[in-house]
Amino acid sequence: MDYFLELFFGGLTRGSIYALIALGYTMVYGIVQLINFAHGEIYMIGAFTALIVASVLTFYGVNTVAILILASIVAVIYSSAYGFTVEKIAYKPLRNAPRLSPLISAIGMSIFLQNYVLLAQTSDFLPFPRLIPQFHFMEPVSHIFSSAELVIVVTTMVAMVLLTLFIKFTNLGKAMRATAQDKTMALLIGIDVDRVISATFIIGSSLAALGGVLIASHIGQINFYIGFIAGIKAFTAAVLGGIGSIPGAVLGALILGWTESFATGYVSSDYEDVFAFALLVLILIFRPAGLLGKAETKKV
Amino acid sequence: MENVIQVNGLTMDFGGLRAVDSVDLYVKDKEIVALIGPNGAGKTTFFNCITGIYTPTKGDILVRSTKSQPVRINGFKPNRVTERGLARTFQNIRLFQNMTVLENAMIGKHCRLNAKILGALFRDKKTKAEELKAAQECWEILKKMGLENQCDELACNLPYGDQRKLEIARALATEPRLLLLDEPAAGMNPHETEELTHLIRKIRDEENIAILLIEHDMKLVMNLSERIYVMDHGQKIADGTPMDIRNNPEVIKAYLGEEIDA
Repeated sequence: MDYFLELFFGGLTRGSIYALIALGYTMVYGIVQLINFAHGEIYMIGAFTALIVASVLTFYGVNTVAILILASIVAVIYSSAYGFTVEKIAYKPLRNAPRLSPLISAIGMSIFLQNYVLLAQTSDFLPFPRLIPQFHFMEPVSHIFSSAELVIVVTTMVAMVLLTLFIKFTNLGKAMRATAQDKTMALLIGIDVDRVISATFIIGSSLAALGGVLIASHIGQINFYIGFIAGIKAFTAAVLGGIGSIPGAVLGALILGWTESFATGYVSSDYEDVFAFALLVLILIFRPAGLLGKAETKKV
Repeated sequence: MENVIQVNGLTMDFGGLRAVDSVDLYVKDKEIVALIGPNGAGKTTFFNCITGIYTPTKGDILVRSTKSQPVRINGFKPNRVTERGLARTFQNIRLFQNMTVLENAMIGKHCRLNAKILGALFRDKKTKAEELKAAQECWEILKKMGLENQCDELACNLPYGDQRKLEIARALATEPRLLLLDEPAAGMNPHETEELTHLIRKIRDEENIAILLIEHDMKLVMNLSERIYVMDHGQKIADGTPMDIRNNPEVIKAYLGEEIDA
């Protein structure tokens, strides 16, 4: 039973991180119908920024929790700036181009950012300080659910709730939903669609950066390539849940997290990705629009 | 009385096709003007030009906002045009189907709100007060359109006639000086059309805005409009009072074809 619970919470943690990244994919897709392949790189840049900030602050002997918070804030701001700029450089000029063009541009941006970090930093794995503190009250259950996992799950949950409230009740949130449904009409009733798109990229990037900081300080090492696999997994989660749907992305991410965790625990860690992608194939066969996605009805 | 909009020699080419050919038009303050013409005459293209969906090939579109001098809005993005006081509805309904009635109206208010992204995130007092005020104003508009009891209904669940009304309500929420209606009576039965006629007149009287409408329902056009423009093959072929238009041989020719001399 303990083993099961350990895997359960491990999967929940994994799923939470996937969810943070998957939200960026799904929100951007919902608004500009673009798969932002550079999104994983934004997550990686978030982790790197946090590492740099953390190293500097550790040198000055700042308290770990303060480091974690400061590093997260700087990472979020820095990654948002990257997300914003990537959109302006690589996607905005192609907004009215055929759909394949921004997709290629996104892949290009992804490769560019990876290599840029590779050259600017290093190709080696870098150790990341374990910034998440051990809580005393978690000690009795720490063998199945660690403090770090708790922090990740709770942070993710708070971020999701805030995001949902934001989209549901604020003006900008309404403008986002309107833009997702009908861009021309949104323009015509006075919504500055460019700003809404920028805001979407900024929010998506912030969440990814947060995910990057959390997972890096949980796992303890990063390199320039972590964005690629995390990006693919989060993208899978978004498709699994129905791309464009926000609750879908979270659900997809959790299912993916659990699938991987249980597959690793009960079968073999070699099969982790096999199970994850087999699940994706199955869902796409039986529910092509994803779990919560609406099948598109084409009007003729 | 001042002109809310003044269009001079508006021309729109699509490749070799001239969809709108040097059309002049103006609408005075608080005036109801109709733009009619057979299918394919270029009426909707004309609307698309003045609302910024297309950038016209030639010509000037001058819009006068509340106090300022007329501003040339050629090449403005649609959202900037809306900020200048032009709002429109579409031939086919384009509501935000998955949002509630009130939310649809609130979206129209968006361009009149000042709240920036930080305000939206941190929900300070000013932002909250502003949103509350916007919601109240939207509710007033919905009440005027007779939709106040369906505020929380999803737009896609409204009956057809109410969806049309909601489109107009959403356009009104942007606080326009000129309302452009593209075939507002399309698909309505005679009873609904009559109701709409009253409603449009009421909007003009109570909101003090000018209205420019494209319509095929001649009864509505003749009843409602103070002046009429007629387009055919991209050109303006006539303008004048409903009486003038009714007896204009050019117009009769455009609609019914030429008389054959026996």
